[in-house]
Amino acid sequence: MLWKADPTFYPSPKLAAQAPQEKLAYVAAFNPKGDGRPDALLVVDVDPSSSTYGQIVGRTNMPNAGDELHHFGWNACSSALCPYAAHPHLERRYLIVPGLRSSRIHILDTKEDPRQPKIVKVIEPEELARRTGYSRPHTIHCGPDGIYMSALGAPDGEGPGGIFALDHYTFEPLGQWEVERGKQYLGYDFAWHLGYDIAVTSEWGTPRMVESGVIPEELLAGKYGHSLHFFDLRKRRCIQTIDFGAEYQMVLELRPAHDPTKAYGFAGVVVSLKDLSSSIWLWFKNGDEWEAKKVIEIPAEPADAALLPPILKGFGAVPPLLTDLNLSVDDQRLYASCWGTGETLQYDVSDPHNPKLLGSIHLGGIVRKTPHPARPGEALNGGPQMVELSRDGKRVYFTNSLYAAWDQQFYPDGIDGWMVKVDVSPEGMTLDPKFFLEFGDLRGHQVRLEGGDASSDSYCYP
Amino acid sequence: MSGSWPWGVLIFLGAYHGLNPGMGWLFALSLGLQQRSRTAILRALIPIAIGHAVAVSLTLAAVGLVGAKLPHQALKFLVAGILFALGLYRISRSRHPRGAGMRVGFRDLAVWSFLMASAHGAGLMLAPVLLAHPMQGMHHAMDSATGSNLAEIAISVLALAVLVHTLSLILVAGATATLFYQFYERWGLGLLRHTWFNFDLLWALALMIAGLAALII
Repeated sequence: MLWKADPTFYPSPKLAAQAPQEKLAYVAAFNPKGDGRPDALLVVDVDPSSSTYGQIVGRTNMPNAGDELHHFGWNACSSALCPYAAHPHLERRYLIVPGLRSSRIHILDTKEDPRQPKIVKVIEPEELARRTGYSRPHTIHCGPDGIYMSALGAPDGEGPGGIFALDHYTFEPLGQWEVERGKQYLGYDFAWHLGYDIAVTSEWGTPRMVESGVIPEELLAGKYGHSLHFFDLRKRRCIQTIDFGAEYQMVLELRPAHDPTKAYGFAGVVVSLKDLSSSIWLWFKNGDEWEAKKVIEIPAEPADAALLPPILKGFGAVPPLLTDLNLSVDDQRLYASCWGTGETLQYDVSDPHNPKLLGSIHLGGIVRKTPHPARPGEALNGGPQMVELSRDGKRVYFTNSLYAAWDQQFYPDGIDGWMVKVDVSPEGMTLDPKFFLEFGDLRGHQVRLEGGDASSDSYCYP
Repeated sequence: MSGSWPWGVLIFLGAYHGLNPGMGWLFALSLGLQQRSRTAILRALIPIAIGHAVAVSLTLAAVGLVGAKLPHQALKFLVAGILFALGLYRISRSRHPRGAGMRVGFRDLAVWSFLMASAHGAGLMLAPVLLAHPMQGMHHAMDSATGSNLAEIAISVLALAVLVHTLSLILVAGATATLFYQFYERWGLGLLRHTWFNFDLLWALALMIAGLAALII
C-alpha cells in the first residue's frame, strides 16, 4: 500500500520518456539441453558505472525443468493510472513468467531484493487449462483492469489460441477473454490502443505447428498465420480481420503507437513465400475501418547453399527472418531484428506511412556470423532477436535465441546465448564494446528493464 | 437541533468527492486530452454528475426505508457498521470495474459514475449528516421511538441535499479537471504525476470517520 502512486507509473509516454536510466535488466533464459536442470530468470547489471556492468548479478531458478521461458511481463504498469480504473496503489513489483512449453505460469516478487526475485505463486498448466481452456501462454501486458496474456492454443496442441486475464491482486486466471472471436483461430501476440478500446491480435501457429520446429510443408502451403484481428476491448468481440494474404507467413510482433490519441501500429511478418523477404506492416484506423499496408520490405540475401542449414539449402538464400520489433516510447524510432541475416535495423517512423531506414548493425547471422567488437575475429552464432529498448530510447538490448526447436533448424551447429547492448545517439547506433554477456548453458530470450521499457507499458493520457 | 451546518457538511463532502480522481474529474480530463477539447471535459461532467446523484439518492432512500422500520439507535449502529466494514474492505482489497473504456458516451459515463459512487459508498458517507440532523426548517415532528428521523425528512429536502452535494462535486471536479487541462497545455502532465497520491486510502479513512460520526452525533 503506497500513499504515492508507484514512481515508475507515468500518465503519458512523454513523461515516461524522461524516466531515469535503468540499472537492472531481467532476462528470461531457458536450458536447451533437456538435462533436467531448470530454466531461470536472470538479473543483469546494466548500470555502466557499476563494477559488475554487463554481468549476471542474480538468478532465480524455476521449480521445474523444461518450461522454456520465453516472454514475460510486469503485473502492473502505467496503465494502472487509466482514469476508468485508476489504481495507484498497485505496484510494479511482480514479474509474470510463463513457460511457453510447459504452460506453467510463475509469479516472481522483485520488491524485497530486485536482484533475487522470489517465486511467490505458480499456476500449474492443468489449472490454466481448466480455468481458461488455453495453453502455451505467450505475451503479457499489464492492463488497466487486470493482467492480460495471450496463448498459442488449447491443451491438446491445436487451436484456438487467444487471450485470458489474471486477476490483478490474486493472479487467479479469470477465464477465456473473448466473447466472440470471429475468424480468429491462430494466436501469438496482442497489443491494444487503450484510447480507442481496441485490441489487436496476431498469428503464429498452433502449438502442434511450432513445438517441434517449423513444418516446411505447412509453411509452403501457407498454413501459418497471415492475419491481424481487431477486437472491441470492452465488448471482447472481434470486429474486423485483415488478411495479408497466405504469401505472408507468420505475423508476429505487434507494436502499437504509445500515444493513446494515435491509432496505428506496426506488425512484423517473418517470411514471404514469394521471395523469402520479411516485411513490416502498418495498421491504422481510417474512418470507422481498420486498414493495413506493407510499409517496409527487407529482402533475402543470396548465399552459397553449402553455408546454409538443410531447411534453407534448396533456396540458395538467407531469409532475414524478422522475428522482433520495438517502437520507441516517443513513437519516432522502430527497431527490427533480422535473426536470419544477423542484422538490426533502425527506422525513422515519425511518418508511420513512410518509414526511412536510418542505420544497421550486423551481428552473428546464419552465413555472416559477424563478430562482436568485444571479441574481434570470433564468429558469432544466432542473431539479434529479442529487442528491448529503454524508455528514453537511448539503449537497445538484444538476445540471440528464438525458440529451442527453431534455433536447431536455422542454427543447427547450436546457439551460444548472448546479450548485447546498442547505444543510440542522433548520429546512429553503436554496439557497446563493454557489453557482451554470455549465458553459458542457457539461452536468453526476452529482456525486461527495471521500472519499465518501451514495450512494457501502455498509457491513457497523451 | 437545527442549523445550517449540515448543508455546509454536504457541500464539503461534495467538494471532497469532487476531488477524488475516482469520482470523475480524472476521467473527464483524460477525455478532454484524448479529444483535445476543453468542452469535452464539461460534456463528460454532466453524465458523471447524474450517475453520482442517482447513486447517492438511491443509497439515502434505502437508508430512509430501513430507517422507517428501525429505532434510531439501531439505524445509527447499522450505518456505522456498514461504513466501517466498507472502509476496512477498501483498505484490504479493491476491484476494477469491468468493461469500462475510453470511448464512452453519455450513458457509459453515467453508468460508470453510478457504479463508482455506489462501490465507494459515496452516498453512505452522507448518511450520518442526515441521520443526525434533519434540515433546517423542514423537519416534522419527530418520534424516535417509532422510527428514525431520517425517514421523517421530506423528500424535497433529500432531493435538495443531493442536489447541493452534487453541485459542489461538479464544481470542484470541473475546476480540478480544467486546471490540469490548462496546465497540460503548457507543461504536460508533470503536475498530475507529482500530485497523484493514493486517494483510495484517504477515502477508506473517510468512510470510517463517517462511521464514527454516525455513532457520536
